[in-house]
Amino acid sequence: MFDHADAVLLARIQFAFTVSFHFLFPAFTIGLASYLAVLNGLWLAGYGQVYRVLFDYWKKIFALVFAMGVVSGIVMSYQFGTNWSVFSDKAGPVIGAPMAYEVLSAFFLEAGFLGIMLFGRERVGNALHMVATAVVAVGTLLSAFWILSVNSWMHTPAGFTIDAVTGQFMPTNFWESIFNPSFPYRLVHTVTAAYLTTAFIVGGVGAWHLLRHTAGDNPGARRMFSMAMWMAAIVAPIQVFIGDLHGLNTMEHQPQKVMAMEGHYESHPDGWAPLYLFGIPNDEEQRLDYAFGIPGLSSLILNHSLTAPLAGLDTIPDDEQPPVGIVFWSFRIMVGLGLLMVAVGGWSLVARWRGTLFTSRPLHRFAVVMGPSGLVAVLAGWVTTEVGRQPYTIWGHLRTADSAAPLDASAVGVSLMAFVIVYFIVFGAGTFYVLRLMAKAPITGGPDDWETRAPIRTAGIAPGPAQGTPTDHGPRIEEEAR
Amino acid sequence: MEFGLGVNVDLTVVWAFLIAFAVFAYVVLDGFDLGLGMLFAVAPEKRDRDVMMNSVAPVWDGNETWLVLGGGGLFAAFPLAYALVLPALYAPIIAMLLALIFRGVAFEFRWRTERWRGVWDFAFISGSAMASFSQGVALGALLQGIDVDMTTRSYAGGWFDWLTPFSVVTGIAVMTGYCLLGATWLVMKTEGDLQDRMRRLAWPFGLVTLGFIGIVSLWTPFLQDGYYNRWFTGWGIVLAVFVGAAVLFVAWRMFNSLTVHRHEYRPFLQAITLFALCFVGLGIAMWPYVVPVEVTIWDAAAPEKSQVFMLIGAVVLIPLILGYTAYAYWIFRGKIDPDAGYH
Ligand code: HDD
Ligand code: HEM
Ligand code: HEM
Repeated sequence: MFDHADAVLLARIQFAFTVSFHFLFPAFTIGLASYLAVLNGLWLAGYGQVYRVLFDYWKKIFALVFAMGVVSGIVMSYQFGTNWSVFSDKAGPVIGAPMAYEVLSAFFLEAGFLGIMLFGRERVGNALHMVATAVVAVGTLLSAFWILSVNSWMHTPAGFTIDAVTGQFMPTNFWESIFNPSFPYRLVHTVTAAYLTTAFIVGGVGAWHLLRHTAGDNPGARRMFSMAMWMAAIVAPIQVFIGDLHGLNTMEHQPQKVMAMEGHYESHPDGWAPLYLFGIPNDEEQRLDYAFGIPGLSSLILNHSLTAPLAGLDTIPDDEQPPVGIVFWSFRIMVGLGLLMVAVGGWSLVARWRGTLFTSRPLHRFAVVMGPSGLVAVLAGWVTTEVGRQPYTIWGHLRTADSAAPLDASAVGVSLMAFVIVYFIVFGAGTFYVLRLMAKAPITGGPDDWETRAPIRTAGIAPGPAQGTPTDHGPRIEEEAR
Repeated sequence: MEFGLGVNVDLTVVWAFLIAFAVFAYVVLDGFDLGLGMLFAVAPEKRDRDVMMNSVAPVWDGNETWLVLGGGGLFAAFPLAYALVLPALYAPIIAMLLALIFRGVAFEFRWRTERWRGVWDFAFISGSAMASFSQGVALGALLQGIDVDMTTRSYAGGWFDWLTPFSVVTGIAVMTGYCLLGATWLVMKTEGDLQDRMRRLAWPFGLVTLGFIGIVSLWTPFLQDGYYNRWFTGWGIVLAVFVGAAVLFVAWRMFNSLTVHRHEYRPFLQAITLFALCFVGLGIAMWPYVVPVEVTIWDAAAPEKSQVFMLIGAVVLIPLILGYTAYAYWIFRGKIDPDAGYH
């Protein structure tokens, strides 16, 4: 009933499903871990109790999301073998090592210090606790470093030869395979994406509480909103710029992916390629229906020249083309959200300058709506990347159809269903708990001196009743501040 | 690889030992976590459960990471074995992964809800039980041998080859063994009534575990000729007798320290020793195969260049990992204070 092709399709759906879910969590925790380190640092440096309140607030959310990231990640490390065993056998000699380094240098680091960060402040003291918090943040970044190197190698393989007998990829130079041509771009773009994702979630939560309270009545909400808006204002434009560079790099190494992103079925030998804003990709007829574009802009962006020739998918054999429809639209979703993020950042600057940052309700509403935008953009970006490299898993060398395990379609089908059910139940519940934590305002009632730069040493000596914030650790906060 | 002074080290063997070490570390460390999870079933009181969970909350993630190292290390050092074993054990592996999801999130979720706490407690218990059982089944299925086609370098068996009476027995055996580890861990980490109950539970679990060790040891040699010849000829007999005697001796000591001397931490260490001895026995049976009795470690090994590159990292990082893991355990040492709920 089922043939091999079905099994491969199911295996692809299963992989895409599990990795998409997994990535949602790191996209948030990579940024949040750094944010927590900053909050704790600012509090220790005496910038105010509000930072400690925010630390404790986001710490709980971090713990929940991190746990979901861990369990979904463990699934990933076995999916390579269960679903892509041929790929694993062949690519293992090259990418196994960086993945082992990820475990040794990142996962253990995160896991080892996470316990201290979450539960150990009383036991190790503030200084070591700060170290543990920073180490967890570094661990998440190292994790991104290694796995993105592996992923990039699959897009722009380098530093290997192919063994004539076994067909395995044999390493010739690990430096080249780790720092393969697309890796620097992908690393910077993805880590920046993680920071933006976190900034917009934090900003959205802050804006939500500003909307619900009379402005200024919650210093915690104000502080997090302000911090997030700085990130949006500064980092979102940088991300657009990095994205452009990333695209140029892709153009060099995987031209048909960019053709698909742009919807360029046809070549433009004299330049003036339009930037299509809209269109319905039609793979069968190899043309973009109902196309609407800005003449010349695509040439300008991709070639930085109006008249240089630009090749289209008509130069690529049909069996080497990615599915244009998905890539075309996912790319537009990502870029569209990126531009909206820039808009939020810009608006916040204007509001700040006018002194309405904490009172402008339209801005707050916009920020709430944009809260999950980072998560959506990240997924859209990955779909562009991964679908755009079809039909290959290892670009130019190993096709997806030849990578799969000798699987039985019914076995993959059943396990896919199990994954879908379990993920929706478990991560659905987790998301619900996260949202419930977010719906609580960070503890307020604080006098405005939380906001002042007065060192905690003096501020904390005679805590007024309002300052005994009922966080996890109760009133102990004050004495610890020393 | 050649070192100076004429020392010649076979890196494939080094990597086989490193991966075996990772798997052993996983079995012991997550073993007591999973055992503790199953023991939730016999400790219905919320207060007891809080204490039990808090005794591992700061370290469980690190414990589970050894599983990632075992899998990831196999992928890196023996890619062919990884590619053969995982499809062969497809169902138990997927079941284990799903079970670990429930078990893992329960650590956080059960503190986030009053009404649904029972549900997440149940997820914790059943996730732990299912994960332990699947691991045992996977072990049994590996031991009984995997059908491979070396011309296509792929798994050649069917979907349910893993399911045999032997693998079911190893599945239950691992569950019991983990319960023993969990119970002795709790004897060490708790006080009062809970500790007494765990002490009373530990020794029947020990007894049953011992029984399973006996059954599996006697059954294994008859699974494949290779095992039989290794154990029952020449030095094999001597070794078998030696390992067997050591198991009995350690078990006897463990029962003593549980019941007569009423030690707090020794039973746990003795249970670990018991696991270590079984592991040695397994190692002797399987050597030098990664996929008994088809693929040796040398057939499956990654090229030397990869082995060397990884070894540099392993030599530097594994001692570091052991160092800070020990440090984390040290920080959270001592009895669990029931009132120190950090959530
Ligand atoms: C917050 C998330 C986010 C935002 C706002 C953007 N991106 Fe992005 N993008 C990603 C998150 C992301 C990502 C998820 O991180 C991807 C997937 C793989 C990768 O390397 O980064 C990605 C991939 C990706 C690729 C594919 C590269 C490849 O497959 O080789 C290109 C060309 C761009 N991006 C370009 C842009 C441009 C021009 C943006 C400007 C508006 C932009 N991105 C905004
Ligand atoms: C960095 C680590 C990643 C690695 C090593 C990786 C690797 C792979 C592999 C092996 C496949 C299956 C083969 C194929 O269909 O091409 C795949 C497909 C896919 N991945 Fe990734 N991936 C990674 C990250 C992600 C992330 C974070 C997403 C998030 C959305 C993603 C989305 C997809 C999708 C949608 C497919 C299916 C494409 C298709 O089959 O048409 N990947 N990836
Ligand atoms: C298919 C590819 C992937 C595999 C095999 C994989 C594997 C894993 C594993 C096993 C864990 C749990 C580690 C632990 O026990 O602590 C994990 C967590 C994590 N992964 Fe992935 N992962 C993949 C994709 C990605 C990508 C694309 C990123 C980021 C760019 C990423 C970043 C992280 C981070 C930061 C964590 C820590 C947990 C968290 O923050 O939620 N992973 N991953």
